[in-house]
Order: sequence, then structure tokens, then C-alpha cells
Amino acid sequence: MEFSVDLFEYQARDLFEKHGIPVLSAAIATTADQAHDAAAKIGGKVVVKAQVKVGGRGKAGGVKVAADANEAKEKASAILGMDIKGHTVRTVMIAQAAPIESEYYLAILLDRSNRTFLVMASVSGGMDIEEVAHTAPEKLAKIPVDANVGISTEKAKEIVTAAAFPADVASQVEKVLLTLWKVFQSEDATLVEINPLVKTVDGKVIALDGKVTLDDNAGFRHPDHEALIDHAATNALEAAAKEKDLNYVKLDGQVGIIGNGAGLVMSTLDVVAYAGEKFGGVRPANFLDIGGGASAQVMADGLSIILGDSDVKSVFVNVFGGITACDAVANGIVQALDLLGSKATKPIVVRLDGNNVIEGRAILKAAAHPLIEQVDTMDGAANRAAELAAK
Amino acid sequence: MSIFIDNKSIVIVQGMTGAEGTKHTKRMLASGTKIVGGVTPGKGGQSVDIDGHTLPVFNTVAEAMKATGANTSVVFVPPKFAKAAVIDAIDASMPLVVVITEGIPVHDSASFYAHAVSKGTTRIIGPNCPGLISPGKSNVGIIPADITSSGPIGLVSKSGTLTYQMMYELRDIGFSTAVGIGGDPVIGTTHIDCLRAFQDDPDTKAIVMIGEIGGDAEERAAAFISEYVTKPVVGYVAGFTAPEGKTMGHAGAIVSGSSGTAQAKKDALEAAGVKVGKTPSESAQLMRAILGR
Repeated sequence: MEFSVDLFEYQARDLFEKHGIPVLSAAIATTADQAHDAAAKIGGKVVVKAQVKVGGRGKAGGVKVAADANEAKEKASAILGMDIKGHTVRTVMIAQAAPIESEYYLAILLDRSNRTFLVMASVSGGMDIEEVAHTAPEKLAKIPVDANVGISTEKAKEIVTAAAFPADVASQVEKVLLTLWKVFQSEDATLVEINPLVKTVDGKVIALDGKVTLDDNAGFRHPDHEALIDHAATNALEAAAKEKDLNYVKLDGQVGIIGNGAGLVMSTLDVVAYAGEKFGGVRPANFLDIGGGASAQVMADGLSIILGDSDVKSVFVNVFGGITACDAVANGIVQALDLLGSKATKPIVVRLDGNNVIEGRAILKAAAHPLIEQVDTMDGAANRAAELAAK
Repeated sequence: MSIFIDNKSIVIVQGMTGAEGTKHTKRMLASGTKIVGGVTPGKGGQSVDIDGHTLPVFNTVAEAMKATGANTSVVFVPPKFAKAAVIDAIDASMPLVVVITEGIPVHDSASFYAHAVSKGTTRIIGPNCPGLISPGKSNVGIIPADITSSGPIGLVSKSGTLTYQMMYELRDIGFSTAVGIGGDPVIGTTHIDCLRAFQDDPDTKAIVMIGEIGGDAEERAAAFISEYVTKPVVGYVAGFTAPEGKTMGHAGAIVSGSSGTAQAKKDALEAAGVKVGKTPSESAQLMRAILGR
């Protein structure tokens, strides 16, 4: 389960264009030849930009100017396949080059602390905005936006004044703000950022680079958003878990974790990592929340995913039955082991408490499976799972 | 006493006719909550029989309040329709609206929260929360009623199952009220709101506050404790070992850069005089030491 979907620059650009924010001509390429053709079609000087969801790509050599199509091919060939902070470049964007006079910053985001939306605007764009916020906070205007009112023409004017945009671009920036709000609201975004928003030498205001984060909870009203998810970046186990609708995150340790409720699972990861310090630094191998009211089938699906992870040396099932009934969890464990047969080879430490705990513990005891070990407390079970993983 | 709900809470269930709503109405009734009806638009005039209780169904919250005198609503409406349901309750000036629904778009929750603030007559708890319980008095939401009984500890937590775990660890002592405020980025009631209410509640002698990674709610709570709370507070923060950039279950639970880490939250709480345990059991021990139990 993902809660937010970060878009690539080119996807953000396309979304901006769709809603009417001025952007430059651009196309994407996954091969050097495609880059050549895209550059030829755009014509003239272009910029070849690595498409990675990480900052600092310019410094890493992921953004290059090319005078013509042949040079674009050359630059694309160097950038494609490059590793930028652990992200492999699979796609480049070929964009028209623009003679820039000034660089600005605009963003609308969810302000969690104040439980509302916030516009941030600055005439000092282009660089890292967190740096601006830190070193020269007076240069970053922050204006709250009521979720039920949004950005009106008056609000846009207020923002432009607060950030001290020059008079010659004021009306263009106001228009961008109104449209950016439309993108933010109608696409169910939690962040829309333009950095830089530029003024070209001929006085036009254009969004040169953008960042968009979409709210996955709103997927039901945006069937088109599914296509924006980058499946190539998803780990195979995470993909398998997603297919089963499981809330799973792969981590780098050796103890497979299954629990119910996000908070309890997070806490379980901590308790296992602490216990692991005594056993050669054993750590949790994953986060897996089977949720409230989990059925035997969900438990079986979860256990199958975790036992399929070759990094896992032992498994810790930590369930506090609130809505979830411990007997259903116990049945799920037994079913999963029946299903997996001789493929299940890793020890499973189970701690059950809460709703129907007596029945649950009795089911596991009666099953007397050689891989299952029951421990009564969360700390004790974490300790035992870490010990088994270290063997 | 207790906070937010007690034996004078009269409850309606929005979405009572749905599977989740029916299931939990049954559990709430079994734990003694005064449930007087439900709201499902288009099903007004019908009634639902649950364990010997005949509960009327209304089209709107305003109708339900007029007919039953309800002062609390609990929402089990699916994400698609949740915003309309909560707005309906706010427009009826329902004093307390507990939103259990998971997966509500944040634009919808930001919208109904802003609406509630501008109207000024409704407290929202949640969304994406387990609700709250004042043991022996009222249980609104999905928290199991049989973990513990009434006692001197107040508890506030983002997480449901960690709430249960902590109630279980301290089950022999008991709780005035346990509130699950939810793990979404926009929630109606914060740690601070609950801390203030527990401080002002004469029957709460000590407070457990459970936080998790992401955001700055715990840091803000710490600042509030320094200036307002004189009762002892024990903390627990989940997610010390969570890697940066990975969302851990709750939409809000993500460590980004240096902000939102469990260590930063622990440090802030300790600076405010809160004793913070490394694990739920350690936090429970700290509470026992404070209460001498």
C-alpha cells in the first residue's frame, strides 16, 4: 500500500501542461536514439535531464545542455544508466532550452502542523528552497490557504505582494498560482512545486521544473493516476504483497515481522532491533501490517510472502487481538504452513494476546508444528526470534 | 470523570447499516454504550435490530439528533462518502464526531476539518482512528472494551493496537479515558487537545502519550507539556529503527531528512520532563514507578 505517489519531473510537467501552466516543449527518451529524435523535433538548443526522484541531479552530472540533436544523443547516452544517489536513470527528458533572466519558487502543500494548506513563494528560486528557508527566511513567503476557499484572485495578489514579485511578472505569476491551485485540488495532490519558475529574457513566465506528490487515498476518483506509479522501482516482494493488498515494506534485516496495526508493527521492529543487538546485530527484515480484523487468509498470504524472502532467517508474528481474533490468526498460520509444506523451513515465533487468545494459543499448541514456537510476551518473543535468526 | 465521553454520551452511528457499522454497533452496545440510532442517507424510516435493540435509521444527523437527543456520532462510512457524512454532522452542530474510516483523501479531511473549525461547534476525533473509551462508561469506536477497567491513567495515541497493548500492560491499574487520535496527516483532535483535557480532568492522575515517527506533533506536544501540564506524563515513541523515506503503515509515518525521527521526538519529550520508554513494556514500568503500583 502506498500513501503518496511522487511523480517524475516529466509527469509533473505533463500534468502542469494539461491544466494550462506554461511549460516548455519536451519529450522523454529511454534510449540515446530516441533522445536524438526528440531533440531534432524540438529543434535548436535543448537540455537533457535525468529523470530521478532525488535532488542534486545537476551536481551529479544528470543535467546537460546540448547544442543540437547529435549532441543530445551523446549527452543522453552518458546520462542513461547513470547512478544518482542510488537511483538508476532509466529515462531522460529532452526539453527546449530557454534564455533565463530570473528564477522564482512557488509551491502549494499540505501543512500538517496547522492542518491546512500552505503556499510558499519566493523570488529567490532555483536553488534548494530549504536552504533559502534556513538562511534567509524573509525571502520565503508562507501564506496559509483555507481548504474550502482555495486560491482566489485576491489571494493570488496577496501572495505575489508578500513574496515581492516584480511588477512586470505579477499578473503572470498570479495566473500560474490560480492554475497551480487547480492542479493541487483537482488532482488530489499533497505537494505541487515549481522550482524554478522562470522569467525568460523576453519576459515570459514558465515552469521549468516541477515536483508533484499525489494522495493515493484519492485513487478512487483518479483512475488515471494508476499509470503514473513507477512499478520499475518497486521491490519484487513489495509488488507481490501489493497484489495481495498487504501493507508491506522490505527492510534489510533477517527477522521477518508480521503484526496487526501500524503502530504495533513499528514498535515490533524497534523491539526486535534492540533484542538483535545481543545477537550480532540481527535486524527486522520487513514491515508487514495485516490490519484490523485480519482473516486466516490474510495471515496465510502474509506468511507466504515473508517465507519467500531469502534474507529471512526467522519470523516473529506479533498480534494483539483487538478486532482481530487470535484464533483466526492461529488458523491462518496453520493453513499457511499446510499450504507451503516442505517449502516452509524457517522458525516462527508467535506471540498472541487479546481477543480470543486462549483459543488461538490452543490451536497452535494442538497443531504442534515443529517450526512454531509460542512465547507469551512481546519482549520475550522478540528476543527468541532474534536469537533464532542469529543461529 | 473522564474526557470527551462518559455515561451521558448518547451515540448515533453514521453508516450503521453497512457491514462494519453493524459489526461495531453490536460491540459498542455489548460494552454498555448508549446507542440510540443510526444515519444512512436514503434509508431514513427503517430500523435495525441488533441484539434485542431496535435502532431507528435517519437520513440526516440533524433528524437523528432531534429525535434521539444524541450528542456523539461515530462514523463508519466508506472513504468515498465520508466527507459528506462528517459535513452533515458538523452542519447539525453535533458536539463530538468520531471518524473511524481509514483511507479518506487528505483533501477531504482538510476540508471537513476547516469546516468544523469555522463553525466552532464540533470536535472531530480521527479520521483513521480506533476511537475512544472511558472504561465502564462509554466506548465509541472499535477499542476492545474488555482489556481493562476504569482507573487513574489517561492515554492518548496515534495508533490503535499500541493503545490496546499499553492498556493491556497496565490493565491492573485502569484508565480514565484512552483516545486513539489516528495516524493521518490531518486529524481533528491532537495530542495537545487530549493532554489539555486530561490535565483538566480531576480523575486522571497520570498520562501516557504514545507517538510515532513523522510530522512534529510530538515536539509540539512536548512544548505544550512544559507550559501547561503538571500531571506526570510517560511517553512512548514507535519507529526508532524505521529507515528514512519509507512510509510505515500510517500515511503520516515517514521520516524525511532530519525531521520526524523517533529520537528527535524522544529528546523533545524528555526535555519537557516526560519519561520516555524504549519499548511499550518499559513505558509501562515507568508509569508503575510513578503511581507506585
